[in-house]
Amino acid sequence: MTVTAATTAEGAPTPVSVTMTKALNQALRDSLSDDQNVLVFGEDVGRLGGVFRVTEGLRKEFGPERVWDSPLAESGIVGTAIGMAMAGMRPVVEMQFDAYAYPAFEQIVSHVAKMRNRTKGKVSLPLTIRIPYAGDIGGVEHHSDSSEAYWCSTPGLTVVTPSNPADAYSLLRESIASEDPVIFMEPKSRYWMKDELALPVQTAPMDRAQVVRVGSDVTLLAYGPTVRTALAAAEEGADHGLSIEVIDLRSLSPFDDETVSASVRKTSRAVIIHEAAQFGGYGAEVAARVTEDNFTHLSAPILRITGFDVPYPSPKLEEYFLPTAERILDALESWDWEL
Amino acid sequence: MTIDVPTSRRALPQLQPVSFIGADGQPTDVPTDGLTIPSDRTLLGLYQKMVQVRRFEAQVTHLTRQGRLATYPSAAGQEAIEVGATTALAPNDWLFPTYRDSASLLTRGVPVTEILSAFRGDWHCGFDPNEYHTSPAATPLATQTLHATGFAMAAKLKGEDACTLTFLGDGASSEGDTHEAFNFASVWQTPTVFVLANNQYAISTPLREQANATMLADRAAGYGMPGLRVDGNDIAAVFAAVTAALERARNGEGPTLIECLTYRMESHTNSDDPTKYRDAEEVEHWKQFDPIDRLEKHLRTAGVLDDDVAAEITASAEELATSVRDAMNTDAEVDPSELFAYVYANPRANLISQQEKLEAELATAAQS
Repeated sequence: MTVTAATTAEGAPTPVSVTMTKALNQALRDSLSDDQNVLVFGEDVGRLGGVFRVTEGLRKEFGPERVWDSPLAESGIVGTAIGMAMAGMRPVVEMQFDAYAYPAFEQIVSHVAKMRNRTKGKVSLPLTIRIPYAGDIGGVEHHSDSSEAYWCSTPGLTVVTPSNPADAYSLLRESIASEDPVIFMEPKSRYWMKDELALPVQTAPMDRAQVVRVGSDVTLLAYGPTVRTALAAAEEGADHGLSIEVIDLRSLSPFDDETVSASVRKTSRAVIIHEAAQFGGYGAEVAARVTEDNFTHLSAPILRITGFDVPYPSPKLEEYFLPTAERILDALESWDWEL
Repeated sequence: MTIDVPTSRRALPQLQPVSFIGADGQPTDVPTDGLTIPSDRTLLGLYQKMVQVRRFEAQVTHLTRQGRLATYPSAAGQEAIEVGATTALAPNDWLFPTYRDSASLLTRGVPVTEILSAFRGDWHCGFDPNEYHTSPAATPLATQTLHATGFAMAAKLKGEDACTLTFLGDGASSEGDTHEAFNFASVWQTPTVFVLANNQYAISTPLREQANATMLADRAAGYGMPGLRVDGNDIAAVFAAVTAALERARNGEGPTLIECLTYRMESHTNSDDPTKYRDAEEVEHWKQFDPIDRLEKHLRTAGVLDDDVAAEITASAEELATSVRDAMNTDAEVDPSELFAYVYANPRANLISQQEKLEAELATAAQS
């Protein structure tokens, strides 16, 4: 996969192999350097550098007044970050694991999302909440949830998720710079993915989806961890004569109708892929709005390849739960291609 | 095994609430826990504010019964806490109030129309928080205690002088956020004052079913911060305690919890019937400890309040009530496009198209 738009000005550093964790780490470092108001805190983000090492070395470099370990209390972390943002800071907090963000649910949906609205724009909360999410890492219970639908159905929040190191860097820089609060979802299974990359990098704007593989028969809509799955399906599909387009949504809220509709009008077919359960999931919203805007251009119903409607399973059952390239291709076969 | 007692280990607060002025207006013999009674001059100013606040609460409650406001949680009976704590703040300090703290907003200088905007249904927060250094009143319980802690942390990191004060109730003290805020504030040593208005009831649930603690101020000890229990109907005690706590905060000595014992004289809001959950005797009992009556007795005995001054104060309270009535007699115009105006800093396509649909709908309705 190619990384888009790396700046190649003269004297720019040579691309090197960069993991997503490293890219995120560099984005935090650069944001802390550029703006004294940026603060990083959360559970174990200081000395340890975060359980996924995303914040490694930052405490040492910027000091415990800019990067520190908070008490173990997610609502407390988000609630105090709200106060800090009201006082003019730009906090970046970590929820450590997806399901551990749930104690902070009230603070996020009742206050983070609404402060700007309830104060008629007088108080904005430039706050970034990093949530490592999704599975496929052999995690035990409560370590593999995909909670994006909760955040996406909350007006006032911006929800983004990178699928590769370049976007991880660029999206995080933009999230921290945003005046609106951002739920920044990091796909855990992609943390160790490497790309040849020269940082800093500027990819597409944070509200835009990206066509990551061009095709003409069908559009696969994926984000975060499932972009890899979709690309694998496209690769395999090509062997069977299918030309598959893959879109990395990147921004879940707002949704980039323009890029998605243009693709669906070209291919006339779409499949949305995510790890979260299907019922009431994010894919339902995507299917509905893409249908509303493009009904006459569609030659098949929009399908969803998702996790099952069960709680996220134990590691030994993960492989049966997660969306696979095979399931995507099976779904494509289920359509009547003669229509 | 020997145990070193850390210097941060605090003794439990004294059981008897600190009170300078008794129900009879006479000085009490309660140990003052290091606090000093405010001057009579200060007390006269506080008295005037309390009289105004009570008139305000009565007027607004009346307007709610007339249907001019959607709801109103009155703080009648709790004026000493609202006025005493808020007056102790410096202009640069920030207040983090709850839904029952309209009187504190009034004390902070927020205009009545801007205070009542939320209850009239115009907008969730009717004032500019930055103008009054006051956060929007929080309705979810205890969430604001964390905002106050975070704001104070930012002030501390920036080396600014600002302290924060937040109100919470006895019911809110059971919420997890309260415990997280106490802990964060103490670990971080933020300049925060937690004023716990223990008014005995959370809607209808009495204190004995809310907490099994001897007193809520005891909780401070577990977080390594000082706790203090004061008579919440004695404004001299409230003002002195908050002033001392703010001084500690400003000196970099961290947060303080102040439990103020009081009683909610009205219902929770206009939609509940307090006779279902408390008896008249209890209400009568608490009337003896009225915060305004006792201060009036004290000030008259001290010779700083006479009939003329009292008449002036009553007149100023009546003026305020009139202004509240006038303000609420005219319905504020609402602009439907404001629905979409403040959700995001950057406009969003889906909101723009929804706004256009609404505007088209309204234009059609206007034509027919």
